[in-house]
Parts: sequence; structure tokens; C-alpha cells
Amino acid sequence: MLAFVLRRALQSIGVLLAVGLIAFSMFRFAGDPVNQLVAPDTPYAERLQIRESLGLDDPVLVQFARYVGNAMRGQFGNSYQFRQPVSSLIAERMPATLELALCATLFALVFGILMGVYSALRRDSALAKLFQVVSLVGVSLPTFLIGILLIFLFSVTLGWLPSFGRGDTVRLGWWTTGFLTASGLRALILPSITLGLFQMTLIMRLVRAEMLEVLRTDYIRFARARGLTTRSIHFGHALKNTLVPVITVAGLQLGSIIAFSIITETVFQWPGMGLLFVQAVQNVDVPIMAAYLLLVALIFVSINLVVDILYTVVDPRLRVAVRRPA
Amino acid sequence: MSLVKTRSVLSRLAASAAVALALAAATPLVTAPAVAAPTFRFAFQGDLKSLDPYTLKETFTIAAHGAVYESLITRDKDLKFIPGLAERWEMPEPTRYRFHLRKNVKFHDGSPFTADDVIFSAERVRAPGSNFQTNVPGDATFVKVDDHTVDMVLKAPNPIAHYQFGSWYIMSKIWAEKHDALKPTPAAATTPSYAALNANGTGPFVITEHQPGVRTVFKRNPNYWGPVESNLDEAIFTTIGNDATRVAALLSGEVDWIEPVPLQDQSRVNGNAGTQVISTPELRTIFLGMDQSSDELRGSNVKGKNPFKDVRVREAFYRAIDEDAIVKRVMRGQATASALLIAPPLFPLAGEFKRPAYDPNRAKALLAEAGYPNGFEVPMDCPNDRYVNDEAICQAITSMLARVGVKVALNAQPKAKYFAKILKPNYDTSFYLLGWTPSSQDSHNILFEIAGCRNDKTSARGTTNLGNYCNPKVDELADKVERETDQEARNLMIKQAYEIIQNDWGYIPLHQQALAWGVSKKVKVAPRPDNQLMLYWVSKEQ
Repeated sequence: MLAFVLRRALQSIGVLLAVGLIAFSMFRFAGDPVNQLVAPDTPYAERLQIRESLGLDDPVLVQFARYVGNAMRGQFGNSYQFRQPVSSLIAERMPATLELALCATLFALVFGILMGVYSALRRDSALAKLFQVVSLVGVSLPTFLIGILLIFLFSVTLGWLPSFGRGDTVRLGWWTTGFLTASGLRALILPSITLGLFQMTLIMRLVRAEMLEVLRTDYIRFARARGLTTRSIHFGHALKNTLVPVITVAGLQLGSIIAFSIITETVFQWPGMGLLFVQAVQNVDVPIMAAYLLLVALIFVSINLVVDILYTVVDPRLRVAVRRPA
Repeated sequence: MSLVKTRSVLSRLAASAAVALALAAATPLVTAPAVAAPTFRFAFQGDLKSLDPYTLKETFTIAAHGAVYESLITRDKDLKFIPGLAERWEMPEPTRYRFHLRKNVKFHDGSPFTADDVIFSAERVRAPGSNFQTNVPGDATFVKVDDHTVDMVLKAPNPIAHYQFGSWYIMSKIWAEKHDALKPTPAAATTPSYAALNANGTGPFVITEHQPGVRTVFKRNPNYWGPVESNLDEAIFTTIGNDATRVAALLSGEVDWIEPVPLQDQSRVNGNAGTQVISTPELRTIFLGMDQSSDELRGSNVKGKNPFKDVRVREAFYRAIDEDAIVKRVMRGQATASALLIAPPLFPLAGEFKRPAYDPNRAKALLAEAGYPNGFEVPMDCPNDRYVNDEAICQAITSMLARVGVKVALNAQPKAKYFAKILKPNYDTSFYLLGWTPSSQDSHNILFEIAGCRNDKTSARGTTNLGNYCNPKVDELADKVERETDQEARNLMIKQAYEIIQNDWGYIPLHQQALAWGVSKKVKVAPRPDNQLMLYWVSKEQ
């Protein structure tokens, strides 16, 4: 077991290094940071000086090695545009992204499961068909379009909800939260729906399919034969067994919700890590881009690691299979 | 029976979800809280990247700093010079400016404003890392006469020595010493800087909160030395990068001011009851440049020679472009066609220049005369995220030139890549679109930077003359213009230089794009042609 975890951890480090190197060799194609930093009529000598102070003239491998060396010591450099350490900028933006991801996931789970169960049990009802249509919309419409549609409906036309930002936040230590103020909670609604809609439809379809599958199995038939109430059969037995794959998928999707909140954050000007990344790309802010990509890679790698470990815990067959070669 | 039960459970669940949604919709939903003191909320597409007033020479940043920091001389709503922290100034001799400083002015931290602060700021603004080094003449020495009088001594007469003082903000020496901020925060700072995150000026507003890239809060300075036109108690700045979100925020009343309003949304903003678009021509001129110095044109099918060296080809290009159509169609009327490389408010004799007429037949004849009866191929460099509809302008030009036989291969790319390709040292372009605002708001900058010969490697002349248009007579005039103190004679020299450039068909000026602010009808703003939003001129109905 320990050997398995160790091997997986080593592989993860390899993945991180590869992500870093690929990212670094791509940054050259993002353009010249210096032109984003100074006015167009800045004297040439001054530009040269800036290039030199940023070490932009060194070969990519040298820049990468320097970056990895610093990163090992926990230093991710300073943002070119904000003149602040990247680590503190990302730490400042992380709560916004995580709170949004949490709300989006909750939204996706609650509504996805409710709608999935309903459309499995009432396959032919009008509401179930409506849910199918909604899920089709959620899968096929791009996120930014959904976000803009929601803004124009709920902010501009109806004037109910804010169109951008996080509202008022409360600071708890280094964490800022929007959960404790009315404006913070209201600001969460539209971005969470936008971000969670795709996941919601995914979960809904998954629950529906699994539920239909489970309802056909023998133990449900035996349960009916035992004379259990429909309610306990549906929710106590069928739904419970449906949830195992749902939880796996939702867990894996959490990673993509955090990583791909970029578009939602851009549309809603949500001050999270994704927005920071987009601003960094526009301004060729290499330190932020590098740190963000590594962080996202780290999130995916750790989630996968945890899932792998959990599998071996849950499923003894896997554990045996792993032991054999070791 | 059992089915009925299931249905009831589900319908209860559905009902409670509906109730939750309805509740969410019904809780107090008015966005802007009704407060007695007016709060002005404004959103710009970019960030306020640094609070250090010497880091970034960018219009919005300079304007935002202008609420907090003040300069010796400032500009009024028509860009005329008016006293700022200097009550008055005079020139006792051609190489000496004397500034009489305002008394009883205090910085936000309480320290008094004196001549020492001016001398300190003059040094700091010219120190390495400052992006405003050229705002104060490099050869000037500052001498303290007494606590409230400072002399600026020049090596040679310079009639425009103070032209860029409006964006040279005065900082407190004591404060800078206390916070280790003696050196300007460079654009590429490798260490975090106190002055980049905190501000201490003498201005009518104080920054009370600054989250870079998120929001910045300005509060009225209760100890301000003079009267302020604005009635604001508070102003909150937010970045909104996405065009649609920015417009939505204005339409829904969450912000009172946005910039820019995309051209396609302007009728929507005007159609909305509470908002309007305010547009005035900007000072930036959009123009086309041609490589006139390479022996062979890069990327062209003409080998062994450079067609742009032939004045007839340059005239043909000029005449083949229908600028009126560009203004009407591409810019939807939000631009003013220009005959000069400088905007009319910056040059009194601009009215005497006319754009040579659009004449595709003449263009064709000229190309044939020059030996290109079937035209030729040329690549064009164009940004796609820098100026209003920049890529669309270049596309229109491409099709206009196609009508006279010239095949343009358009290379439109983001500014980060575009500028790296075309600017010094690469100068890798044959034909390009560029926008320029003279930072001194004076023609000398154009004659020197854009139209000056690039041939002397040791001089900064012509640094942004990307196609190296070169006429020694223009250089000669530029040098005279730099020294001439008689305004009328000076303007005539500038006019002469512009005439030479026009007769050489050296550049193809296109237009001044209009600045488009989206403004709530509750607020009163003063749009200045240099596009700066000055908070001290903003008022809001309660």
C-alpha cells in the first residue's frame, strides 16, 4: 500500500514538472511582457533594462530551471503587473474561487439528484420531459452565453441580482467570505448557477440512468416482494445504490469546476483565481500564469491520487491486484 | 397507492425548491443601497495596477492618481494650463522657471507640503524605473529658493519644459523616507513596493482601500486646501474586463460610469432610460505607416526593390483608402477623419490642413506609372485588441486596396505580440496601423518620435518611426521647434513640417477615435479630450 502511494506521488511530481516545462515553452508565444508594462513611448534603453531585470533574454530552459529552483523554496516570484508576490495574490483570490466552486457543486448535486430521481421515477411526465430539455440546454450552451443570458434576465431586465463582483465580504483571518453578508450571498447565485449548470445536467442524466438500471435489479424486485413501501424502496435502497458512481463523478468534477471557473469568473468579474489567470494572460504576466497552471495541475493530481487510494480502500480486489507486482 | 406516495414526496421536494427560489427572489433585491452621501461607482476594462504615480504612463491610471495626487501645474477641462500646487509661475530668464508654491497644503498623512517635496519628486520621477522620466526635462536642476519657492534651471531654453507637468504628481519626501519608497516602483518590480499599494498625496480624495485588480475605494479628503466641484463622498472603482458584463452593470444601475462602451452596445446604452453614451474625439490619432527604408520590402512579391520608396506608390495607397467610409461604416460615426498625425485640439493651425481626396482611379493610374499596373503584394501588421475596431479597420483597408490591385496579407494579432514584432529593435513590418498620442500634447513629440529620421543610432530620434520615413528638413524644423519660444513663429514652423510630411505622403493619417463613456444620467462628468476621468469634476444626484 505504502509503495503504491509513494509510486503515485512520484508520478505526480513528474506530471507537475512536465506541466511546468510545457507551460514555460508556451509563454514565449504569448508575446512580450515589457510592452504590457510600460507606455508605448517608453525609451528603448528603459525597455532593455526591464527585459534584463526580468531575465527574459535567457533561454527557456534556464528560465524554467530558475523557476523550479525558486518554487522548491516556496518562492513563486512577483507578479509583473501588480508588483506583489504571486503566492499572496493567489492566496487572496483563492477563497472567492473555492466558495464559488462549493456553491456550484452543491447546486449541481441538489438539483441534479432531485431532477434525476424525478425523471427516473416519472419517465413519461411532462416535467421529466422538461428536465430533459433543460439538461440538453445545459450541456449544449457555452458557459459564457448562459452567464450573459442570466445577467441580462436577472440583473438588467428584472434588476434582482447583481451582475458582477462578490458583493460585501467579511474577513476571517486570511480568508474572505461572502457567506456572511446578504449582498455576498446574492452575488453568489448567478455565477454558481452558471458554473454548476453543466455539472447539474451531467449528474441529472447520470442519476436518471443509474436509477433506471437499479430499479430493474433483483434486490429491488425482492424488496418489493417483501412488501416494503415504495418510498423506502426508492429512496432507501435504489437511490443509495445510485449514489456511489454519482459521488465519484462529482468528486472528479470538483477539480474541473475549480480549474474551469475561468470563464464564469470572467463573465461575472468574480475576483477569483481564474480571473487573475485571464488578466495575467492578457498582460503576459508569466509568474502568475506559471503558478496558476502548476496549482491546477496539483489539484488534479491530488484529486486523482485521493480517488485512487480510496478505490483501493473501498474495493479489496484492487488492493490485491496492487500487492501482487510489489 | 405507493405511486401516489412517491408523487407526494417528490412534489413536496419540488415545491420546497420552488419556495426557496421564490424566497431568494423576494428578499431585498435593490442593488444600490440608498445612502445619503453620494457614492460614485465606476468601472474600467483594465486594472489600476500600481498606486505609485511614477510606474505606468497610461491614461486611466494617470487620471485615477489625479484624484489623490496633485501636480504643480494642472490642466482644466479644455486642457489649458491652470495653477495646481504652484500658485503661479514665471520665467525670470529663458532658462529659469520660478514656481511659487501654495502654502498651508498638507499631505494626507498630515505632513506639510514644501519645496523639499518638489525637489524630491523631481529626482524620483527621473530616477531609473520611473515611466515618467521624460515628464521633467532631464537637464533641469531644481533649486530651493525658500520653503515655498522653487526654481527649475535649464541648460537651454525650452518652451515646452512644463508641458508634461500635469501628470507629474508631487509626493511627500517624509512619507517616502518613512516607508522606504524613495525609489520609483519600476514597471517590472522584483520586490513588492509600499508605494505601489499605498498612496499619500495632497489631492481632494484619499484612497482608503486598494485591492489590486479587484477594487479601489476613494474617500473625500476632509482637509483639502481648496474648493472641490465634486459632491462625492466616496468613489468605488472596479475592474470589469468583459464587455457584456460592463454594459450590463451600467444598464442595471450597479455602476454609474463605464469605459469603454463597445460600439455595438452604444445604441443600447442610449436607448436605456437612465444611461447615455458621452463621446468626444480623443487625442489619439490612428494612422498607417509604410516601410520606406528597406531595400526590399519584406513579404512582398516585388523583389530587389521597395515599392514604398516611390512617392507615387505612397500617394496611391493614401488615395485608395476611403476614410469617410471607415468612419461611417467601421467606426459607426464614432471617429473624426484626420489630415494630420496630431489631433486638432493640440495644434491651433490644424484647421488649415485638408485630407487629400479619396480617388481610386488616380490611385490605379499612379501605381501603373510607378511600374505596378497589376499592383503588388504586401503584408500588413495590425493589432486586434488595442484600438477601437482596429482589426475591422485593417480589414476594410485590405479590401479597399484590393480594388486598386494591391493584395494585402493581413496579420492581425493581440497587442502583446503585435508590439513585440513592430517596435524597436525588430521593426519587423512593411505596412502597419498604429495609434499615437503625444505625451507632451505638443507637435514636437510627433516630429521627433514619429516623423524623425531613424538613421542616427546614438539618438532617440525616430524611435517609433517604424517605417523610417525620413526627410532631413523635418528634422531641422523639429530642432528649431524645440527651442523656439515665440508661440506664433513656432506654430508656423510646425505647420511647415506637417506640410512637408503631407507632400512626401510619408504617413497616412486615418482618424481620431471617439472616446465612449457610458454614464448614468444621475451623474455629471466632465469628459476631457485626453480621455481622463477626473473624480473632482464628478457629481452625483442624491
